[in-house]
Amino acid sequence: MNAIKHFFKTFFLWELVLGLKLTGKYLFARKITVQYPEEKTPQSHRFRGLHAQRRYANGEERCIACKLCEAVCPALAITIDLEERDDGSRRTTRYDIDLAKCIFCGFCEESCPVDAIVETRHFEYHGEVREDLLMTKEKLLALGDRLETEIAKDRASDAQYR
Amino acid sequence: MTTVNIEIDGKKVEARNGLMLIEAADEVGIDIPRFCYHKKLSIAANCRMCLVEVEKAAKPLPACATPVTDGMKVFTRSPKAINAQKGVMAFLLINHPLDCPICDQGGECELQDVAVGRGGSEFKFYENKRIVVDKDIGPLISTDMTRCIHCTRCVRFGDEIAGIREIGSTGRGEHMEIGTYIAGSVTSEVSANVIDLCPVGALTSKPFRYRARAWELGSTSTIAGHDCLGSNVSVHTRDNEVLRVVPRDNDSVNESWISDRDRFSYEGANSGERLTKPMIKVDGEWQETDWNTALENASRGLQAVIDGAGSEQLGCLVSPNSTVEELYLAQKLMRGLGSHNIDHRLRQNDFSGQEGASPFPYLGLPLEELDQLDGGLLIGSNIRKDQPVAALRLRTASMNGAQFCLLNPVDYEFNFTVASSMIVAPSKMVASLASIAKSLFETAGSTPSGITADLINGATVGEASKTAADSLLAANKSAVILGNYASHHPQASTLRALADVIAEASNSTLGQLSDGCNSAGGWLSGAVPHRLAGTKKSSPIGLTAKTMLTEPRKGYLLVGIEPALDCAGGTAAENAIASADYTVALTAYRSESLDNSANVLLPITPLTETSGSIVNIEGRLQSFTGAVTPKGDSRPAWKVLRVLGNLFDVDGFDYFSSDEVTGEFQSLTSRIKPSSKATHKLSAEITISDGLQRISECAIYAGDAQVRRSSSLQQTYDAMSCFTVQLSKTTAEENGVVDCERLLIKQGELEIDIPMVINDRVADGTLLVYSGLPQTSGLAADFSPITITKA
Repeated sequence: MNAIKHFFKTFFLWELVLGLKLTGKYLFARKITVQYPEEKTPQSHRFRGLHAQRRYANGEERCIACKLCEAVCPALAITIDLEERDDGSRRTTRYDIDLAKCIFCGFCEESCPVDAIVETRHFEYHGEVREDLLMTKEKLLALGDRLETEIAKDRASDAQYR
Repeated sequence: MTTVNIEIDGKKVEARNGLMLIEAADEVGIDIPRFCYHKKLSIAANCRMCLVEVEKAAKPLPACATPVTDGMKVFTRSPKAINAQKGVMAFLLINHPLDCPICDQGGECELQDVAVGRGGSEFKFYENKRIVVDKDIGPLISTDMTRCIHCTRCVRFGDEIAGIREIGSTGRGEHMEIGTYIAGSVTSEVSANVIDLCPVGALTSKPFRYRARAWELGSTSTIAGHDCLGSNVSVHTRDNEVLRVVPRDNDSVNESWISDRDRFSYEGANSGERLTKPMIKVDGEWQETDWNTALENASRGLQAVIDGAGSEQLGCLVSPNSTVEELYLAQKLMRGLGSHNIDHRLRQNDFSGQEGASPFPYLGLPLEELDQLDGGLLIGSNIRKDQPVAALRLRTASMNGAQFCLLNPVDYEFNFTVASSMIVAPSKMVASLASIAKSLFETAGSTPSGITADLINGATVGEASKTAADSLLAANKSAVILGNYASHHPQASTLRALADVIAEASNSTLGQLSDGCNSAGGWLSGAVPHRLAGTKKSSPIGLTAKTMLTEPRKGYLLVGIEPALDCAGGTAAENAIASADYTVALTAYRSESLDNSANVLLPITPLTETSGSIVNIEGRLQSFTGAVTPKGDSRPAWKVLRVLGNLFDVDGFDYFSSDEVTGEFQSLTSRIKPSSKATHKLSAEITISDGLQRISECAIYAGDAQVRRSSSLQQTYDAMSCFTVQLSKTTAEENGVVDCERLLIKQGELEIDIPMVINDRVADGTLLVYSGLPQTSGLAADFSPITITKA
């Protein structure tokens, strides 16, 4: 009996029909492909992209050089040098993140007591030489200045879960 | 000693009777949180953090102030104990700011550590926190007084250990504040120990402020090299840079303390004046060059001196702050070249007694036993500034009732109680010492014999010398100690001979303190003209440091010194060296003094960048490794000396490591027992004029090239006050200079112009002009007559 069944299935290409049925279903279904870069997928406000350093509203940089992010970084991507600024406050003289080492775990942001270092939604960046992938303090602050509105909004929407 | 049996957390413990609970727990490794308790300080029991539950006690008891009693059952982690500790923690945290991220103590903070285990996680205090204004207490200690939890460790350190009450508490309760009673800086020479004592970040190191975090520092155990005690320290480094120095506990040497000089002199090693490339002088201009060229130049230059004038025209001056290996190789090189002219006793003026001298400058007793003295006589010693940690031990002894007597040219402010002090001009020190000896003989009813007999018989016994003699006799365990000034004194040998007589007559131990960190190593390794390594007699006898400079040589090898500042002759020494045909200087620093006098500068390293050993004043050999790699092209001095030895084809210079040199040194010296036994010789007769005399004490922060370049130390009150000439009011009146601001001091053809301070502690008829400073190097350190006029 089984042999007869198998003979007819082979003869009438039954599996092919089943396959084409699935193809036919998706041919008329709604498409989910996104036309990147013209179109983009939705992002969580917790998205961990490129890093930025924030400032307070009065323009003062937030970072106080406590070095917790440097200590917590599992990839050892952060390097900080610090000094006592002329006004007596504790500030970094160097704050480097090596993006080639960074694994975007977000621990730096978690550890920061003053919300200075953050990971933004921004992920579309590239480097033509290695140095381009070294985020310096200037680059981080500039990015923070540019994206501050978005960063602040994202932190606010996440605040209720913290 | 009786013991009691107690039980801590179910663990049976046998504790010595009289111990506090916390000490018994510490001995068996049970941790009880504490802030105010410190093993070296008295018990205050004011932080209440160490509350533990004791069976049958109604309330939790403070472990630091509860003595152990037999059968006691203690619970350090029972619910009752933990609850009490949490309560205390909550109160401590009420006013403590939450600024750990910017606090230098963060990561090594006792409060932080305990808060992890005992602190609450909920914020319940909504009232205003207390704010305390920060105090500026000098260039070494930075304050954040809001962080203070009033444990009073710093206050007790000042009271009990340092002996000067500079820090204290005012107000009560909420209004209690720690500060200097009168606004001003903390000037103690051991002040920075409060940085280590402070359990929070209220007192932190100013030079280290915001430099690094505790967790990113590497630590190397090493030996401090700025006094003859050989204090044990840990050097903390990051990115191949020394960032701070902290004490390492060693109860036989420095207990838990180090002097500010040992702590902050690391700044000198990071100084911008470091010489990082070999340099040669070409047609009077300094040029940077490579090691090969520099070394070839050096060996060719010195060889030319030997070929032209003979090897006795070669002299070598080594810093007493060099390691044993450097001192040993320097003398081996010189003797290999046929010259015995090597010396490390740069500030010494009198060498008469050197041949019969003891194997090395010895304290006479182990450092540990200084605490147990009942009495003592200090001769020509400013021990508080010269060997600060040894002075702390004398203080411990004096707190237990010891009576110390002094014979000094200046009535130094000591941190131990002084029974009697004889403050006399340097030229009268011999007579005063003889009078103490005479008093001893009179009491014993015997007559003096030996070389000092005439001196003693000719002395007159006064009130002070009688007191000194009596207190030495009254003491069970007493010591006669010659200080740094006594060894620089133009009649040092006579002083030493008399001190020996006094020590013998009063049944005391005779000892001495010495310059630099490794004077003992210098003697043992043969870096003296009259002895080879291992105290064997040298034949012929070479020239002493002083003779090498008063009868200038044609060639010099300088190891780690700046002639004008490190030698007794001052500028005259520099000129002597500059007049030589060829001078090779191994130095860690570029300096004017060497620029003027040397032909080749070979960059060597400070102690933090080399391996080596140091022999301290009790004969303890302590070896260490380098904490960081040599800066720039500089090299450890022992390596440079080894290569020089190879270039001169001197035998036995094939060392691969400094350990091999140490081994060779030890094989020659291990049989030598520390001893003060010596055959004395009186100093040569010197003419002493009736006029003014100079007291040429080495300034506290000017003893070596590294300390002189430590910027924070140079800003301290102690350093600043050395840039003056000090004289008593009587002396000023006699010379008509009472209202002067500056004085012109003339000594023959030499003269300097320097600010003046009236200080009645200085003996009449003398001028206290510190040495080791560029401002004063123009004067000679001997008894040559001095005149002063208004500048």
